[in-house]
Amino acid sequence: MDDGSRVAVVGGGPAGSLFTYFLLEMAERIGIELLVDVYEPRDFSRPAPHGCNMCGGIISESLVQNLATDGINLPPMIVQRGIDSYCMHMDVGEVHIDNPLFEKRIAAVYRGSGPKGIKEMKWGSFDGHLQSLSDKKGARIIDEKVTDLRREDGRLFIKTKTRPEQSYSLMAVATGVNTAALKLLQKSDLGYQPPRTTKTAIREYLLGAETIEKYLGTSMHVFLLDIPRLTFAAIIPKGDYATVCLLGDKIDSNLLETFLNAPEVKGCMPPGWQWDQPACQCSPRMNVSGSPLPFGDQVVFLGDCGVTRLYKDGIGAAYRAAKAAASTAVFHGISAEDFRKHYLPACQKMTTDNMIGKVIFWFTKIIQRLRFARRGILNMTAKEQEKKGGNQIISMVLWDMFTGSAPYREIFIRTLHPLFLIRLAWHLFIALFSSDKDRKSGLRRKNT
Amino acid sequence: MVKGSLGKVYRKGDTIIRQGESGDCMYVIQLGQVEVVQEMDGEEIRLAELHEGDFFGEMAIFEREVRSATVRSLGDSSVLTVDKKNFLRRIQEDPSLAFRLVQSMSGRIRKMSETVTGLRLTKPPWPH
Repeated sequence: MDDGSRVAVVGGGPAGSLFTYFLLEMAERIGIELLVDVYEPRDFSRPAPHGCNMCGGIISESLVQNLATDGINLPPMIVQRGIDSYCMHMDVGEVHIDNPLFEKRIAAVYRGSGPKGIKEMKWGSFDGHLQSLSDKKGARIIDEKVTDLRREDGRLFIKTKTRPEQSYSLMAVATGVNTAALKLLQKSDLGYQPPRTTKTAIREYLLGAETIEKYLGTSMHVFLLDIPRLTFAAIIPKGDYATVCLLGDKIDSNLLETFLNAPEVKGCMPPGWQWDQPACQCSPRMNVSGSPLPFGDQVVFLGDCGVTRLYKDGIGAAYRAAKAAASTAVFHGISAEDFRKHYLPACQKMTTDNMIGKVIFWFTKIIQRLRFARRGILNMTAKEQEKKGGNQIISMVLWDMFTGSAPYREIFIRTLHPLFLIRLAWHLFIALFSSDKDRKSGLRRKNT
Repeated sequence: MVKGSLGKVYRKGDTIIRQGESGDCMYVIQLGQVEVVQEMDGEEIRLAELHEGDFFGEMAIFEREVRSATVRSLGDSSVLTVDKKNFLRRIQEDPSLAFRLVQSMSGRIRKMSETVTGLRLTKPPWPH
């Protein structure tokens, strides 16, 4: 890329904004001036659905640290709640897993400005914050929908409803998998192949800051329940709202109702809470695989429409992909060969890790099905947490699983540790011959 | 002020790291200010005042030495810990992550050079 090269970024979510930010910063470091246009029709200062990106809104521990090292701090105006612990709920009891440093290193945020019907906007949008950073770096934000994308004679062209067609040297596409732009991409001649997706469910319940503090605290509540088609569910405490997220296979309203009526969920929510009380809700799609070819000549696909992590840390994956694509474009080049050599390895690493993640989630499913296994895991974790120190091996495995902080590969390797296997076998053996009545009462601990 | 901020909250005068102690992480200030002081012969010398977005304790990432200075909170502050292991692992994948750190260390060397030059200008030369 040369001085004055024009770059189009389609989609101004985290992947698009972070790509823009790093592209402009890296170019500045080597003295190149680029002209970057970011096409994003959503207004992140407006509550859902106009400014929402339909996501649980968790910024993982590793991403918070990486962003801070990169000079991107998340101000309190963006962080609705700092999360310092997890509470794992199962039918056999619940257990608290604390951050080993007792520090709030996970951020609960809103991607937009809040749910439908929000009365008072006390916090800002995470996506809006990232967009303002790329704006400050000198990018031009175009708040219009892209109506046409095409390639001709080695140039890329973008058209919107009111603007004349613009020509670019490089196009970074970060549209997510829940936008109309995705269909446009498939119809275009850019050679895009979309990822496979599944339906999820998100609900935002207005509970009030005090109630959230009292009942949910600063913990993320995760549920391992034996409900068919449900892989993972979580309740994330935000400022005034609690976000319920369900991941699994074709999540529908029946599954959502079954989950919300589970005694473990009711026991976690404040008295008087009704599962069907008014709530902002959506059923976004999420990736279960990546795009087979997340780049082309002068084109790169980022974030969910490219390759992301399975079930966890989607924003962390967007950060990695955005940085890898930006450094490829600035330091190596923008041909398909350049992206194959320097961008694809970052995507392949995530794809391989997702395969290991699938194996881990398959094991989790077995644990969800077997009551004695759930008892064994709960007991083993609770014993470690009671000790507060020593080798917290299962606590760290669960912590990294829930927070998405570590790659699945690392989690898997930890589970192969002889100490882990011996302890697990022992607790499973004990759990086989015990009832869960005493355990349940012994392990219950209300979050204050 | 610190409600909603990430990291650990420190009050005025709280010690975040102590000179002579071992450490395996560095810190990024999320909110507030801290002071860096070095103890020498029972006397405290103030080396720097750091603000939001600044790093400290980064020497522990690259060396196995003990902390070279004490860092205290000036007023309420919140400080995020960055794990050595996570940081070094990420640098292998993404060397540009070290850029700001190198930039910050370079700024400190420049300041130190200015201080040394200032000292040479204010003190009389050593007797021959």
